Amino acid sequence: MENSEESVRKDRVITDGAANLISRVEELAYELTIGEVMSRNVKTIAPGTKMGDVMETFRHARISGAPVVSNGDLIGIVSLEDLIRALRESNIQAPVGEYMTRQVMTVKAASPLIEALKVFDQRHIGRLPVVDENNKLAGIITKGDITSGVMRSLQYDYQEEEVRKYRARHLFEDIISDRTSLTLRYKVKHGEFALGGNASSHIKKALLRLGASPQIARRCGIAIYEAEMNIIIHATRGGNIRIEIEPNQILMETLDDGPGIADIALAMTPGYSTAPDSIRELGFGAGMGLKNIHRCVDDMYLDSTPGRGTRLEMRINMQSQEQLGDTTHKS
Amino acid sequence: MKLTELIKLIDGVVLTKGVNLNCEVLGGCGADLMSDVLAYSQPDAVLLTGLCTMQVVRTAMMADVAAIIFVRDKQPNDDIVQLANREKIPLISTVHGMFEVCGRLHCAGLQSLEHAYDEG
Repeated sequence: MENSEESVRKDRVITDGAANLISRVEELAYELTIGEVMSRNVKTIAPGTKMGDVMETFRHARISGAPVVSNGDLIGIVSLEDLIRALRESNIQAPVGEYMTRQVMTVKAASPLIEALKVFDQRHIGRLPVVDENNKLAGIITKGDITSGVMRSLQYDYQEEEVRKYRARHLFEDIISDRTSLTLRYKVKHGEFALGGNASSHIKKALLRLGASPQIARRCGIAIYEAEMNIIIHATRGGNIRIEIEPNQILMETLDDGPGIADIALAMTPGYSTAPDSIRELGFGAGMGLKNIHRCVDDMYLDSTPGRGTRLEMRINMQSQEQLGDTTHKS
Repeated sequence: MKLTELIKLIDGVVLTKGVNLNCEVLGGCGADLMSDVLAYSQPDAVLLTGLCTMQVVRTAMMADVAAIIFVRDKQPNDDIVQLANREKIPLISTVHGMFEVCGRLHCAGLQSLEHAYDEG
């Protein structure tokens, strides 16, 4: 069963043009199989059943159609429309075999959901019997099943991230100390431009998981990204990033033993840069970095000795309503 | 404006796969200097740029950019596209130039999400 599902997934061909326009929901239509979203407990009807009894079955089970099965084989499908025809002809004593639709479209349980969607789209029908690899009835699928299946999956994606966030948010609550902080450390190599921003993106994600507001996470992300790029560009022996997170403040520090800054006031001047053209081609080195950092953080302290290295300290304070961790239980 | 609608307006080609294009774009921002994007763009803007490096995607992640549009038919390499796929940031390329793309989007009612320069 698993093998056949896998082969179906491998076999499906999507043109590049079509693939470009796929949203997450559409993606799920390809990822999920019909078997995963169909209803399994199917009310089936024997061909000899009277149409009047079908009506009762529909009423009790609150369904509007059912497959007709004889000796385990699917031989037709009966719907409300067939029932209405029987009623109009005052013939509800007739067996189902007289009114059911005999040529039944079916879909395979292992096929991707998109196959069922295509049939619904082309044929204007309400339900499709689903068969297994031996062509035996395995379930039934309606548009409603597809909607709820996709919703379940989307909710699952969402919940996974929510659980992570929940755990991280409670970190500060669950550990008792007079002053709790979480320290993140990253090494940054000189000249590794392709990795530029890697540490910063991890830091930003960590802050969001810890419950930081998008605004706080964005400010920290921008400041530390500029600082990370500075190490990559200027700190000839690489450097370190250290982030200390507390519920009410985030302290970010970069430390390197590179060439240092000769004139800090000049380095802070917008437009002043010592970066070579190769850096400018990457979209940095235009003399905006330190100014940008200054704009994003509440406090900034830059200390540098030529030939010894540079230390940059940045602090972001959080207002009481922005504090990290779940503060709702605190008195 | 829906991103899908924006893509049509600029004859855009989508380069990422499996990234949602059904999102709402609040406005635009155009720059080749990533520090300018970090300094002056507001969240949920599309970024129009002629720069085609890894740093464009990293910058977009930091600045909460909704989508990246490479103007003048710049084509990012596989590493850049992979990163964008992973981070769910749509990448779009267009044959048109920066001025043309800004003009088309502005005429179609997309507002600027660039802060004006201020001394602070």
